[in-house]
This record gives sequence, structure tokens and C-alpha cells, in this order.
Amino acid sequence: MSEFLTMGGYALFVWPAYGITALALTLTVALPLRRHRQLIRELRLMAVQRNRETHK
Amino acid sequence: MDSHIELTWRARFHRLGSPPAVYRLASKLLPWASALCGLCFAVGLYSGLVLAPTDYQQGESYRIIYIHVPAAWMSMFVYVVLAVSGGIGLIWRMKLAEAVARISAPVGAVYTFLALLTGSLWGKPMWGTWWIWDARLTSELILLFLYLGYMALQAAIDDRRTAARAGAVLALVGVINLPIIHYSVEWWNTLHQGPTVTKFDQPSIALSMLVPLLLMALAFQLHFLVALLARIRVEILDTERRTAWVADLLAGDPHV
Repeated sequence: MSEFLTMGGYALFVWPAYGITALALTLTVALPLRRHRQLIRELRLMAVQRNRETHK
Repeated sequence: MDSHIELTWRARFHRLGSPPAVYRLASKLLPWASALCGLCFAVGLYSGLVLAPTDYQQGESYRIIYIHVPAAWMSMFVYVVLAVSGGIGLIWRMKLAEAVARISAPVGAVYTFLALLTGSLWGKPMWGTWWIWDARLTSELILLFLYLGYMALQAAIDDRRTAARAGAVLALVGVINLPIIHYSVEWWNTLHQGPTVTKFDQPSIALSMLVPLLLMALAFQLHFLVALLARIRVEILDTERRTAWVADLLAGDPHV
């Protein structure tokens, strides 16, 4: 296990490469998913407000 | 009779590319594509980091190949998607193609950035330097600038359709950089090693190392698909916000 973690002495190069890649790939998908949820909330809120205006 | 058939085909084609249809398809595909992508990454990472043997020259440092090469391949593949969809948008004024081009650019920029970064982290222990103005590295850096230039252009022009057309021209001119990247290691014999997988005769890489690499390449392809599906939904919802079908969508299913 520790052999795996030290990567034969190259841990300082291998793990940052994998770590930053994992972070970047996750964000590339997570950010639009969050934006999608936000947008739906915003649009629903706007629809409710429009309804109130028309029924005044 | 013939014209009738043609009309129905055309109608079908239009429905296929219509925003609500694409939105629903993207929503339906997203969980499956994500699951498949996660599975590919799990198997690819396990086989690349654990099962694959140590390289007799480079030791364990070579394992960076399993992200470096897929990221570099994707940086070029996404550029082809950007140029082709941009070109389709330019010629046929298809809004969907314009949207695909627009949302592909930042994803392609991420792959290009990762290819450069992981290459740098691999170059330091193997070549003794983080960076060198080698032909392969320089042309890949130019690719990053092409993506960033495209994105800057999209942000600078207010009218989306004008921005799409201007961007498509830039993307198409930039295609010239792709063969330069690919052949750079053969045209200029500098520090970056030659091709190992895409040689026509036989790849100079052991099967036990090639299989994890191809699995990771597949995982990256699926990641691009997931990113594209997630982005196209936002794009469609945003541009179609005033339409009746979006109103129905919002009023109906609480989870959409």
C-alpha cells in the first residue's frame, strides 16, 4: 500500500497530476449541473411572480 | 407522393434537432452516460495505477501517461468537434450546431490545460525541466490559445449568432494547428517522444499498458459526452426561457 502511495519516489509528480485532473474533470460537469438547478429555480420564481401580476 | 415522404422526413429531422427534443434526450441520457463514465474511470484507474506493470526505463512516473495522453487526444478531438459544429452553424445556420460549438470550447480548453499540466509534471522528473519550447509543447500551447481566443470572442460579441459566426471562422482557420501538433514529433526531432500508439505498423507499447490507456481514453470520451449533455441543457433552457414548452416543463415535473 505505501509502495502504491509513494509511486516509486515519483509521488510528488504522479499524485498532483491525478489530483488536479480529477478536480478539473469534476468541475467541468458539476458547474453546469449546478447552473441547471439554479436556472430552474430562477425561472419558476419568475413564473410565480408573473402569475401574481396577472391575477392582481 | 414523393414530396409527401420528403416532407415527413424533413419534419422528423427538424423534430430531432428541435430544442425540446434535444433537451429531453439530454436529460434522459445524462444519468446513463454519467454511470458509464464513472465505471470506465474506475476500471481504467485501477488497471492503470495498480494492474499495469512498472516501466523499465521511467519507473512509476510513466503512469501519468494514463491521463496525459487521453487529455491530449481529447484536446484535439474536441477541437475537431468545435470546428465541424462551427462550420455547420456557419453554412446551415443551425442553432443547435452553434450551441454545440459554444459549449465545447471551455471543455476542450480544460483538456488542453490538463495535457500541458500533466506533461509538465511528467517532464520534470524525466527531462529535468517543467517546460521547453519543443515543437509538440509549443503547438499544444497554441491550441490552448485558440480555445481561449474563441471563448474571448464569444464573450466579447453580444449578439450570439454573430459571435457564433465569428468564432466558427476562427475555429476553422485554427484547424491548421491539428496536423502540426500530430506530426510535430516527426517533423522536428526534439525532446518530446514520438508516437507510441498511433503508429500504423505496431504500437510500441505493451498490451498490459495499452489496455488501461484505451480504457482511460474511453472514460475521457464519455466525460466529454457528459459535459456536453449537462451544458446543452443549460444552454437550451436559457435561450428558450420564454417559450411555451419551457413553461409546461417548469409547471409539470418537480424535478424536470
